[in-house]
Amino acid sequence: MNIKMDLISEDKVNSMGSMEKIRFVLDGVKSGNIVVLEGGLTSEEQMKLIELAMLEVDEDFTGIEMSGYPSKKGFFNLRKKTRLTVVGPAKTMHTIKKGKDWISAVISEI
Amino acid sequence: MVRRRRTSGILAWLLEALFFKKRSVKIGIYGPPNAGKTTLTNRIIHTFADEEEDVGTASEIPHETRRAVRRGGILIDLKQNLKQFQRTNFNSNPQPLSDPTRNGDPTRNGDPSTNPSTKSGRKGRAKLKLDVVDTPGLATKIDFHDFLAYGLREEEAKQRAKEATEGVIEAIKWLDDIDGVILLMDATQDPYTQTNVVIIGNMEARGIPVVIAANKIDLSSAAPQKIKKAFPQHFVIPISALTGENMPEFYAAMVRRFR
Ligand SMILES: Nc1nc2c(ncn2[C@@H]2O[C@H](COP(=O)(O)OP(=O)(O)OP(=O)(O)O)[C@@H](O)[C@H]2O)c(=O)[nH]1
Ligand SMILES: [Mg+2]
Repeated sequence: MNIKMDLISEDKVNSMGSMEKIRFVLDGVKSGNIVVLEGGLTSEEQMKLIELAMLEVDEDFTGIEMSGYPSKKGFFNLRKKTRLTVVGPAKTMHTIKKGKDWISAVISEI
Repeated sequence: MVRRRRTSGILAWLLEALFFKKRSVKIGIYGPPNAGKTTLTNRIIHTFADEEEDVGTASEIPHETRRAVRRGGILIDLKQNLKQFQRTNFNSNPQPLSDPTRNGDPTRNGDPSTNPSTKSGRKGRAKLKLDVVDTPGLATKIDFHDFLAYGLREEEAKQRAKEATEGVIEAIKWLDDIDGVILLMDATQDPYTQTNVVIIGNMEARGIPVVIAANKIDLSSAAPQKIKKAFPQHFVIPISALTGENMPEFYAAMVRRFR
């Protein structure tokens, strides 16, 4: 089985509105892809993504696996911006481990 | 309260009027499934409101709570409850309050001033009136197959999975009505999960105070120091919601952070 990965540049990510981004990610993941966003989703967008994913969970689509690492908090820049977000279907993406600066994902055939 | 006003003197009434003028805060108990949120909520209610009352059932099967439940009118009075704390304060397995290898902000992890005995010294300031909200466990994935391992029939498992997804959405919606969050983690599990990170990120963005409780420290595999390490900028209090270990420090942190 092939697993498709979508690697989305920060420019592309920034060109989309919040809802558009979330929909884009969810559509990709629901069709079985691993979606990697440079720049990533904010915490609020990730929460919204969890909410929308839950609305669509059924016997086939069991939800998402998600990971991201936040950027270091700047002195004046109080809001944390995510640097990278990885989202995949819970069925194929497993045992994500992460530290502050790294993410490790295992991707398997179902 | 009306009855108490009549029976106690004018001074007591004045004190109460001054105190209750302050709106009670709504504290949401959040965390992954099975962290012990319902166990903790029940304990809070037993200690400060009604020994007989349960807000919900605790269960080893994840997603036991699938509707958020609010219990109002809880008064944490550190001074008054101190004696009770001392009676129920287990010290069989003392956990270090602060990690000596860290030298960060001393007001954060393992703050010694959250000790109730020092806290209650300041008159009238060691009180917190609150509503607690026990919420369904937050998850990014729900597979009905996981429930079959607990002996549920397939239909039950599917129904539970459906309700669990609704529960997650409900828990997220409740965040809009919450003044403070207790983020409960199972200290025997990896703390650095995306749901934990997302909850904290959202609370930081909204400016809502968070107290992290590292639960299940009665188990030998518990590693609350891992949680402190993962979230160094937050209050992390090791507790056992089941045995009551270290609850005084936890209540003191709540009063301090949510008042
Ligand atoms: N050893 C130990 N077990 C605990 C502790 N707190 C809760 N548990 C157990 O963990 C399991 C889950 O507890 P719950 O209170 O139902 O957890 P919850 O977070 O409400 O779970 P959901 O409602 O499914 O999200 C139960 O079997 C509890 O008895 C604790 O401090 N120590
Ligand atoms: Mg529960």
